[in-house]
Amino acid sequence: MDRSRILVAVVLFFLGVMMAVQIRSARDIQPNSPVARVQELTARLKEVRQERDNLKDEVEDLRKKLDQISAGTKTADQALRDQLEKARVEAGLLPVTGPGVEIILNDNPKEIQPGEDPNLYILHEEDLLKVVNELRAGGAEAISINGERLLATSEIRCAGNTILVNTRKIAPPVVILATGDPDTLQSGLEIRGGIFQQLKFWGLVAEVRKKDNITVPAYTGTLIFNYSRPVK
Amino acid sequence: MWLPLLGLIIGVIIGLQAPSLPQAWAQYMSVAVLAAMDSVFGGIRAGMEKKFDDIIFVTGFFSNVLLAAGLAYIGERIGVALYTAAIFAFGVRIFQNLAIIRRHILKK
Repeated sequence: MDRSRILVAVVLFFLGVMMAVQIRSARDIQPNSPVARVQELTARLKEVRQERDNLKDEVEDLRKKLDQISAGTKTADQALRDQLEKARVEAGLLPVTGPGVEIILNDNPKEIQPGEDPNLYILHEEDLLKVVNELRAGGAEAISINGERLLATSEIRCAGNTILVNTRKIAPPVVILATGDPDTLQSGLEIRGGIFQQLKFWGLVAEVRKKDNITVPAYTGTLIFNYSRPVK
Repeated sequence: MWLPLLGLIIGVIIGLQAPSLPQAWAQYMSVAVLAAMDSVFGGIRAGMEKKFDDIIFVTGFFSNVLLAAGLAYIGERIGVALYTAAIFAFGVRIFQNLAIIRRHILKK
């Protein structure tokens, strides 16, 4: 019986060791028992996957937004550039090309007889103004006189025996280029009782030719605003 | 009676002082503990039935413990929760043994 008692004691000793160790480790890892751990990890994995998918969606969304924004700035930039170009065309700072008319005006080629007033036979700035006015009335978009682009600020003025356009001397023959509807411009000039009839009445040379392609040069001077400021 | 109890108490004390087990082994240990408890209850039952054999008890104890731990390990390796089979088998036997022990005690 002693042997069996010792053996039982040994067995129980091992049982005690095992139980104590197991209780301790189970207490340490109580929340991490295998099944719970697996379930927890599975749930966590699911959660993280969901989070990842959400983040992916977010990334995609943000990328799309970024693209849109850059595309938006591109289009805005383009629009701005277009507007700038339009403004420059309107301001006469860019050469323009298109259909239009070419007008040639010149003094009366006749020799002036003694005692006649030469003023009646030469081209005046008034004539140019009337021609330009008629062109504008006919929808001309860009006009140049002997290579001087007419701006909103351009003057056509008599100065002694010459005409000034953009403060540059204009001498006959005067070539006026205008872009616009050639038919309208031509008929506007040649209308009965119109400017051409008056010019021809005085024997001045006045010709208008329709052109499919006319290039109106840009204004070559500088634009300085000493007194005007944009209203803000 | 005092020697086995002394062994148990010493075992518990040593177990509490021993370095803690790696967590990966904890589930094998849990099944092994269950097997050990099953063996002990089986031994008690055998003692009550006057059939107690110390060699059978000792070999049964260690073989059950090793088999249970081994089963849990193999189950872990092959991806089948074999330790639940060990828990089920040992748990059922523990309750059966307890029931028999209770009846023996009550019949006395």
